[in-house]
Amino acid sequence: MTALTASAPRAERALHDCRDAYAATLIELAAADPRVVVVVNDSTGSSKLGEFGKQFPDRLINVGIAEQDMVGVGAGLANGGKIPFVSAASCFLTARALEQIKVDAAYSNNNIKLCGMSPGMAYGELGATHHSIEDLAWLRVIPNLTVIVPADPVETAQALRWAAEHTGPVFVRVSRMGVPDVNPAGYEFVPGRAVTLREGTDVTIIATGTVVSRALDAADDLALAGISARVLSMPTIKPIDTDAIVAAARETGAIVTVEEALTSGGLGGAVAETVVRHHPVPMRFVGVPDAFAPTGSTSWLFDHFGISAAGIDAAVRDVLDR
Amino acid sequence: MTTAPAPVTVSASAPVAGLVPATGGGLPVGRIGADAGRDAVIAHLREGARLIRRSDIQMVHAAGLGHIGGEFSITDVLATLYLHVMKVSPDQVADPERDRLILSKGHAAGALYTTLAAAGFIPPDQLATFMQPMSMLNGHPDRKKIAAVEANTGPLGHGLPIAVGTAIAAKLDGSPRRTFVLLGDGELQEGSNWEAMMTASQYGLANLTAVVDRNRLQQGARVVDTNDLEPLADKLRAFGWEVVEVDGHDHGALLDVFAAVPAASGKPTFVIAHTFKGYPISFMRDNVAWHHKVPSAEQVALALAELETS
Repeated sequence: MTALTASAPRAERALHDCRDAYAATLIELAAADPRVVVVVNDSTGSSKLGEFGKQFPDRLINVGIAEQDMVGVGAGLANGGKIPFVSAASCFLTARALEQIKVDAAYSNNNIKLCGMSPGMAYGELGATHHSIEDLAWLRVIPNLTVIVPADPVETAQALRWAAEHTGPVFVRVSRMGVPDVNPAGYEFVPGRAVTLREGTDVTIIATGTVVSRALDAADDLALAGISARVLSMPTIKPIDTDAIVAAARETGAIVTVEEALTSGGLGGAVAETVVRHHPVPMRFVGVPDAFAPTGSTSWLFDHFGISAAGIDAAVRDVLDR
Repeated sequence: MTTAPAPVTVSASAPVAGLVPATGGGLPVGRIGADAGRDAVIAHLREGARLIRRSDIQMVHAAGLGHIGGEFSITDVLATLYLHVMKVSPDQVADPERDRLILSKGHAAGALYTTLAAAGFIPPDQLATFMQPMSMLNGHPDRKKIAAVEANTGPLGHGLPIAVGTAIAAKLDGSPRRTFVLLGDGELQEGSNWEAMMTASQYGLANLTAVVDRNRLQQGARVVDTNDLEPLADKLRAFGWEVVEVDGHDHGALLDVFAAVPAASGKPTFVIAHTFKGYPISFMRDNVAWHHKVPSAEQVALALAELETS
């Protein structure tokens, strides 16, 4: 996709770093349950867990820069009856320790929570080594692993509370780039369930995580052009909400997926598999194409790849041929 | 120890040729407590290891698959731990205060299964299903299928980090429970072990004992000809561990080593168990070909005959 002009700034919206909700929720969980511990790879600061470490010094286990060890230690802590939240930059957690995630977490069915911090292109300027645009694709195919991508602070907190209650391996993608609140007041996260944030009849935009607000912005713009777009937020990539996707295909006839990740294998891949199996309709995929992203700020990279209201708008018009 | 000395069941009529279906014959031998006296414990372990090897080689032959060489090198360590040293009980397999053993060299699953059968954790009849379709006894151990298995292993370099985690959990709980982890020597070529060794030292995990099966052979060649580990003891000490070297086939020596942990220094203990792949079978011993070679019926008969006098 060619570079597109940055979308105009929307009305003054407060933007939140979801790591703040992450850190506050872990403190809340640890205060309520002595089994809750954290494992980091010298990532206390980048996970915003400094205060957690002050309040629960024995329960913040820092293995140093050693990701395989980190996930294995988490599995052992789970064996010992703890509820470990393994907290590290998503690029290193998911790539360096992928076999430990497969074997020690998922295949072993250990009660371990893997928290991928600053995923996607949050470390835009640092280059492709530090981008985590592959994580959704390679974690989604691992059996017995729940994959959650919260869109805002409320959803982040609720997903973590659910993960702590749930017995089994869970991956939670925790963004650092500023996001507005997108879920309505009184929202309750339900694992495996999509959230209909806007009704529509001509097309469905399915978005996950940091890009949900951009999908809503695109739907606003499309409405001005007479195009009625449904917007689904998909906080759980696995298990995917098949019913919501099939209903969207049947009722709106076209789907555009949006994600801060490679479009192959992640949300786009998961939705496409579901659509082809149950109710084929035309689709378009907004995200990072089959390429390593260049260096640039996160917002510049979003615009570069058309992960913006304007880019989503264009993808919708393309799939509708309007 | 909670278990009273159990009578040793010696299989009377050993299958010595042709089909050998009775893989569980002679098992279980049960656990033995310290009150039996040292000589009785050693005799029990020696006989237990003999019967475990008898079952294992028949099981591998029946399955047509397995890693008999590296299983025979760790049989004496496993027997010593499961039949006597560890605080574990088949009646309370999920007891949070149980000692843990993590078999990091998961390809030696056959030795673990036969030892668990000998100790009463799985029914001996189940050994006949080893590696059969839908068996609970995978080629590498699966904790979801066998309750006494602590960790799913197979890819090398996973067990020691997991053991560090179980040891930290015990320390957080203020519990005296111990963790043992059994590794291959070739396995130490995996870098994750050295990550975990540093963590164990940093956290002062005196409750953690790692045993390396120093049989000097890996899948394809001698370790020394592949990616040499020496000076191994010096390396382990440099990583902050107490290091003890022992004859890994001497039950009495193994008892002494395990009785000395946790070390007074507060460091984790690394036991270099000097062993022979294929021990004690004359045609297998120290022979790299027996990494995953499957014995023929004739070889099984020869091995069983040798085990009668071992």
